[in-house]
Amino acid sequence: MTALIIAALGIGLMVIAGIGLFRMPDLLTRMHASSKAGTLGAILVLAAVAIHFGDTAIVVRVVVVCVFLLITAPIASHVIARAAYRTGVPLSPETVIDELAETAEPPQGDDSVR
Amino acid sequence: MTGGVFDILLTLLALPLAFGFVRLVRGPSLPDRVVALDFITAVAVAAAGVWAIITSNPVFLDVAMVLALISFVGTVAFARYLERRGRR
Repeated sequence: MTALIIAALGIGLMVIAGIGLFRMPDLLTRMHASSKAGTLGAILVLAAVAIHFGDTAIVVRVVVVCVFLLITAPIASHVIARAAYRTGVPLSPETVIDELAETAEPPQGDDSVR
Repeated sequence: MTGGVFDILLTLLALPLAFGFVRLVRGPSLPDRVVALDFITAVAVAAAGVWAIITSNPVFLDVAMVLALISFVGTVAFARYLERRGRR
């Protein structure tokens, strides 16, 4: 029963992440939805697996996968966001502030990189 | 009894999968597609977890582990490729 509730929570988060990925206005906000909510959703489903089986070997494996997800998700989104910004993917017109534009070199690239 | 409920959960996972697929097709930029692909792999990890519960077969946990690994390596490789192509 606990496993069912936690798995349902995780899948609800996945659905929310999917809606965010579909509806958000630009790349960075889309990543904001998909990387955080998506990772937490996957982790919750895996936690449900650990609770369902309740076996030490499986719990250890689930913990390993969860730690791996928690380490790699921020790295992957950071790397993609940096590559996108440097290649000049446009920000949403509603963007309030772009502090990187004042300090770093201006975005390079042109329409051909999109 | 719980098997049927987990079947419903697995069906619900088709929703984020469809959203991710629409984003993958529509773009508009290449990083958007990479992010969508990353998200689709996260959905696949969750689906592997739910399937492990339904079939009571913990082997699918290894599938989830490998999928997470492949997705990370793929995303980083795509990002490096993007940056190299952008500087040229």
